Amino acid sequence: MGVRRTPTPRTVPPAVLSAPAVRRAALPARRRRRWGDNALAYAFLSAALVCFAVFSWYPMVRGVMLSFQQDNLVTDPIWVGLDNYRNVLADPLFVTAWVNTFKFTGLALVFGYAVPFALAALLNELRHFTGFFRLAVYLPVMLPPIVSVLLWQYFYDPGAGLFNTVLSGLHLPTSAWTQDAGTAMISLVFVSTWANMGGATIIYLAGLQNIPGELYEAAEIDGAGVWQRLRHVTLPQMRFLLLVMLLLQIIATMQVFIEPYQLTGTTTPSTITVMILVYRYAFTVNNDFGLAAAMSVLLFVVLGLFSAVYLRITRGRTD
Amino acid sequence: MAARTDPTGRTLVSDKELGQPRARLVYWIVLTLTTVLFTLAFVFPLYWMFASALKSPAEFAQPDPTLVPQSFHPETYKQAWTRLDIAHFFLNTVYYAIGGWLVQLVVDVAAAYALSKLRPMFGNVVLAMMLASLMLPASALLIPAYLTVVDVPIVHLNLLNTPWALWLPAAANAFNIYVLKRFFDQIPDDLLDQAAIDGAGRLRILWSVVLPLSRPVLAVISIFAIIAMWKDFLWPLLVLQDPDKQSLSVALSRLSGTAFVAPTDLMAGLAIASVPMIVVFLVFQRQILAGLSAGGLKG
Repeated sequence: MGVRRTPTPRTVPPAVLSAPAVRRAALPARRRRRWGDNALAYAFLSAALVCFAVFSWYPMVRGVMLSFQQDNLVTDPIWVGLDNYRNVLADPLFVTAWVNTFKFTGLALVFGYAVPFALAALLNELRHFTGFFRLAVYLPVMLPPIVSVLLWQYFYDPGAGLFNTVLSGLHLPTSAWTQDAGTAMISLVFVSTWANMGGATIIYLAGLQNIPGELYEAAEIDGAGVWQRLRHVTLPQMRFLLLVMLLLQIIATMQVFIEPYQLTGTTTPSTITVMILVYRYAFTVNNDFGLAAAMSVLLFVVLGLFSAVYLRITRGRTD
Repeated sequence: MAARTDPTGRTLVSDKELGQPRARLVYWIVLTLTTVLFTLAFVFPLYWMFASALKSPAEFAQPDPTLVPQSFHPETYKQAWTRLDIAHFFLNTVYYAIGGWLVQLVVDVAAAYALSKLRPMFGNVVLAMMLASLMLPASALLIPAYLTVVDVPIVHLNLLNTPWALWLPAAANAFNIYVLKRFFDQIPDDLLDQAAIDGAGRLRILWSVVLPLSRPVLAVISIFAIIAMWKDFLWPLLVLQDPDKQSLSVALSRLSGTAFVAPTDLMAGLAIASVPMIVVFLVFQRQILAGLSAGGLKG
């Protein structure tokens, strides 16, 4: 670093030696300067170190400790060994929450994983309105999530909601959407997909534009049709990005909270997810932060598996 | 908004193939369908939100929704602003977003500068520990971080219902520090040495040499910081329990559950909450989409 000069304009006129600089340059105690430099660097780092220590590193350790304690924020925490884990596992909602979470993640993959890629592949071929398409698909991502969710709450309204009006107008069967245990989960998935898929679409588009045009040309010369080019050029070139986005989507959707919280509430068994259960343990039903921490640790372990895979593949790529 | 500008940027389907009459027809059909679909799926819901707030409550509630309001009631926006006190929550959120942005910028720029240019002992260890936090899902820290905010270790402060409960955790942003450090690394040391010889101190160098050269990256980080603060829901829901201190998102969620709020007022509230984000997006769309693409491709 610093050997090659970039053609950036100099902000400081060169070679105007001022007295303090000369004095500093002449300082013989190199060792002391080294300490001084370190101290100065850590002074610059101090605010970030405090923020990380207090709000990231310490809670990381505290979370694990907490999962072995009973803590209601009023009385002093008590060590309870594995009791929290036993109680969490014995909770009938434990299985419900995990099943619901996997259901949400699975449905979000079915409806939301291929769509952004297909849209990106399509948009990459369109020669008109490219700016509009990009803007439109990312617009929902810009909205505060609570806005998206509350807006869809009105669309889903079984009485005067837009969806049922359109469906009955087309003589199609209507639905109770979020208010029916059978369709509640899929309704949450639709909102979530609508609100979040813009990001993936934009990232895929960038990936598609990085595919060298010569590859398509070579395939074309070899007589490959559009589908064959898609299958043998586009997909292999995008494999890495597709895998990364798959893992990121799984990690994100397993932590789903705002959709069930707002649309179906924290008491509807058909949509209680792991994060909703954590919230209930800590803030509404049990007021026991130890139970909530134990559940969080379990979620962390599961997500950790996906994170580890993610880390491994991205590491191998950048080295 | 016409054809692609990049001459070498050929894609799956070549321009020559698209030139054939049958392909041209298919292209125009697909283009029309896509335009209609995108308008319906992504633009119409927003139109509906803004238009619904203009309807009378009776028109809004009727089982056959109207596409265009029959009677216009722009005063609903004013009502929501004052009667629902959206003004108060809006200002709260502006305060949280701007404050969080400034705190993040000061803390993370200083840290990235130290790691990139002052290179202290164990700097790499510190960076690695910060980056390790990126692997931690937000949900894992939620409960212990909440307890930490309630009673900050050593100093025993309760940050609940204060903006610091939002600002300080947001400043522990490894991604910002990493991006800033990577950018600072590109600035030649010669330039900094030159300034040092001229008598500028470390802080002065940061302020007058490094920061002016870093405007693009600072812009991107600022935009994403403000968007994230504005959109955040779960963490403010936990740490801002006092209704008076709530952010707009949390207040809207609470108001939606109360019976006395007219749906049209709430719709106006949703629209008001979206306007700043839509404006930010329209103004900074290039930086936002480019930043997203760059971040996504690097993994």
